[in-house]
Amino acid sequence: MPGNEVPFRPDETAWTMADLQRWNEKILRIVDDIGLNCFTQEFEVCDHEQMLGYMAYHGMPAHYPHWSFGKSFERQKTLYDLQLSGLPYEMVINSDPSVAYLMRGNSLCLQILTMAHVYGHNDFFKNNFTFRHTDPTNVLNRVKVHGNRIRDYMADPSIGVDKVERILDACHALSLQVTRNPSVKRHTRAQQEANITAEFARNRKGQDSEIHDKVLSGVLDEPLLEDEEDLLLLVRDRAPDLSEWERDIVNIVREDSLYFLPQIETKTINEGWASFWHHQIMNALDLPHGIHMEFLVRHHQVIRPHPGGMNPYHIGFMTWRKIAKEHLGIDDKDDDGGPLPLTTADAAHVREEMFKVREVDRDVSFLRRFLDEKLMRELDLFEYGPNRQGDLVVSHVSDDSGWKDVKATLIANMGMGGVPVIKGHKIDARAGDRLTLKHEVDEVAGEVRELEPDNCRHTMEHMYALWRRPMELMTTVDDKEVLYLCDEDGFRILD
Amino acid sequence: MSQPKVIFRDYPAQEGLRSDRSAGDRARHRQKVRKAIRENIADIVAEQPIIGRSGDTIIKIPVRGIKEYRFVYGKGKGTGTGDGDTEEGQVVQKAGEKKQGAQPGEGGDDEGEDYYETEIMLDELVDIMFEDLELPDMERRKMRETLSERTLRRAGTQRAGNPATLDKKKTLKTLIKRRIAGGTIGSEDPASMRREDLRYRRRKPKTRFESNAAIICIMDTSGSMDTMKKYLARSFFFLLFQFVRTRYRSVEVAFIAHHTQAKEVSEHEFFHKGESGGTKISSGYQKALDIISERYHPDVWNLYAFHGSDGDNFTEDNETMLKCANELCDVCNLFGYGEIRPWGSGLVDVFERNLDADNFKAVKINEKDDVWPAFQALLSKEKLRHALREEEDADAG
Repeated sequence: MPGNEVPFRPDETAWTMADLQRWNEKILRIVDDIGLNCFTQEFEVCDHEQMLGYMAYHGMPAHYPHWSFGKSFERQKTLYDLQLSGLPYEMVINSDPSVAYLMRGNSLCLQILTMAHVYGHNDFFKNNFTFRHTDPTNVLNRVKVHGNRIRDYMADPSIGVDKVERILDACHALSLQVTRNPSVKRHTRAQQEANITAEFARNRKGQDSEIHDKVLSGVLDEPLLEDEEDLLLLVRDRAPDLSEWERDIVNIVREDSLYFLPQIETKTINEGWASFWHHQIMNALDLPHGIHMEFLVRHHQVIRPHPGGMNPYHIGFMTWRKIAKEHLGIDDKDDDGGPLPLTTADAAHVREEMFKVREVDRDVSFLRRFLDEKLMRELDLFEYGPNRQGDLVVSHVSDDSGWKDVKATLIANMGMGGVPVIKGHKIDARAGDRLTLKHEVDEVAGEVRELEPDNCRHTMEHMYALWRRPMELMTTVDDKEVLYLCDEDGFRILD
Repeated sequence: MSQPKVIFRDYPAQEGLRSDRSAGDRARHRQKVRKAIRENIADIVAEQPIIGRSGDTIIKIPVRGIKEYRFVYGKGKGTGTGDGDTEEGQVVQKAGEKKQGAQPGEGGDDEGEDYYETEIMLDELVDIMFEDLELPDMERRKMRETLSERTLRRAGTQRAGNPATLDKKKTLKTLIKRRIAGGTIGSEDPASMRREDLRYRRRKPKTRFESNAAIICIMDTSGSMDTMKKYLARSFFFLLFQFVRTRYRSVEVAFIAHHTQAKEVSEHEFFHKGESGGTKISSGYQKALDIISERYHPDVWNLYAFHGSDGDNFTEDNETMLKCANELCDVCNLFGYGEIRPWGSGLVDVFERNLDADNFKAVKINEKDDVWPAFQALLSKEKLRHALREEEDADAG
């Protein structure tokens, strides 16, 4: 949860472990009434430096070292020192048992709020389908083993820190260019060949069999039969010159990415879920007046709208509330913003409906299904775009004519939707394993989404550090097709 | 549904159990920041208000060099939440500004932006600036050493002195020696001590010789020197001062402002006072020579003179100017002329044609971005000169 620029520093920072355990018992009873289905939960008390450290490593201190984590630490620390952002009050790891950190300097209210919030995430991690492949039982161990292997490469006198760092830098540049949906089964080479042979047979239409076979075998000789969206996988399996330790690092970064991808894809629904339930739980806890008052302030800080931006806690919370209210049959005019009657027996079906949604949806489908015109008006969601002077100007608001456009743009940029799709298209063995990449150009709000050229250039150079053979990328600039080239002479553009 | 199991782990009481896993990565990141600063030094010198600050000033520098690149979209359509009455056509963000209402660190919306500020002490910045120039130690003439520090060192004992400096051990030794020599050991009362036995610690002042340097800043303050030109000159003087300061223990600075006449002024006046009227550069040089002969004898001081001007001089003064410049070259380690946004053709050519000293350099500064390259050019003169001298020494040897 992000904090507020005005730090709230009440007197009630004095608490003991016994207090935490006592409040935790109470929270658990409500968690049980609701029917949240959680992994075993570990809470670890840490200081703020440690918290910054955990955040830098996504909660996993055994993670392999890389300077970017130091950068992330310094950045968070600067924000904290300048009091621009209170530290997030929570850090939860998608693991079994789930691990969460409680910051020492936080007030008792914040600890209770954090614990209540954490159970929401825990339940989400355990039950949402997007996380099925993340193997939470072994993740901490896996990260540690990976970390140790990379440390070993760094310590190896024939490799060393600099070479390892160069490979990690390059892999990180491609870390979002991996399989977007790991639950879709990949075709094996044999299946791909069979598919192509079958398709050739279907389209044969009396062609001479000799020619047919020749063309077919030519096609089947191609190293890439289908476009490959997983560039790290492509590099790992196909880069001609990588040594074993380099391939290992590529694989480690890729596995990391696949583990974290679901969190990118479920930011809004997951934070909304945790915020919705912490709101319910806190209100059911019968908190002492002072703690309750602080909770109201904190809760507002967490779910308040960020004007001009998108606060996933805000949008997620409001959407979940809308779902619950609809099923409970509560009208907006009867809603005072307080807790909803969800733990009663006759609300069981409502909870069931909500559990179904938290199981099968991720941000894109969640918002597509539940973000309607009424809610969008309430959130005052708008679409903006750059004008000729480079100012960002509101192009559509959520009114009768505009809400569909706003919604389409919002969903197109959600999660991995904001990451361009670049696919490995062809490997030309006759041209020294020249790799052709294809940017899947798409349109949002009637405008072609094009790659930012400076990033594109540097990312290609990073990829070249792994591929080490000529590479080209097909994309468009100002609606015209261009070819970016990267080879031993560096990066250049062919119009 | 059964309740989940819960485990609490308290904050470890012993410090040793609290790991600081990020230390290594922070250090590595810090190295990269330093490298980025070094690579962007010209921008920093041009953009940052570092001139005239003390060494422990903390300054913020935007670091651009350690960006993490990815395939991202360029600026396009996005969405946001409003305050309830957003209207079409409303400006969300002016070009080049941060989005209104966006919290630092929230990120997500501005994929393209990935530079941030780092804090650094001015002294550290100056170190970084100069560590990469591969400069030879500046030439210091042996004679140019002055007593710079007074400390006392022990130098044996003496027979007279302050009771506080009595050397008891030595005194007793002397006493025993005297008795052995006089054959009175054992017979004389052991406690009887004579004045002649007393020994006092002797201290001698210790002289540390240091090379001292003086910088003579000369600036044209005639009417044609506007604020921007003065700012550029000031940046240059700042670099010169910082550079010389890293190489000498004590550095003095004299400021000379001139138009048709020259006078020595305070630092504040130097940078802020504007004069009007014409320019006679020789007046400034003559003043510098006067100050040098009064206060900074070349045998004792390493002298660095630098002149900032827009090159707008009375033509009839050029000859005197060159004569004085030659004299300055004779007494100074380095004499530089920086021409800032010249009026007309300027004087760089005049200097280059007529002044043959190997410790003179004329540079042109038109924009903020020129300051650092110009400074490097000036120092290259110092480098070249150093190399020449080494050659000469080798030949002589």
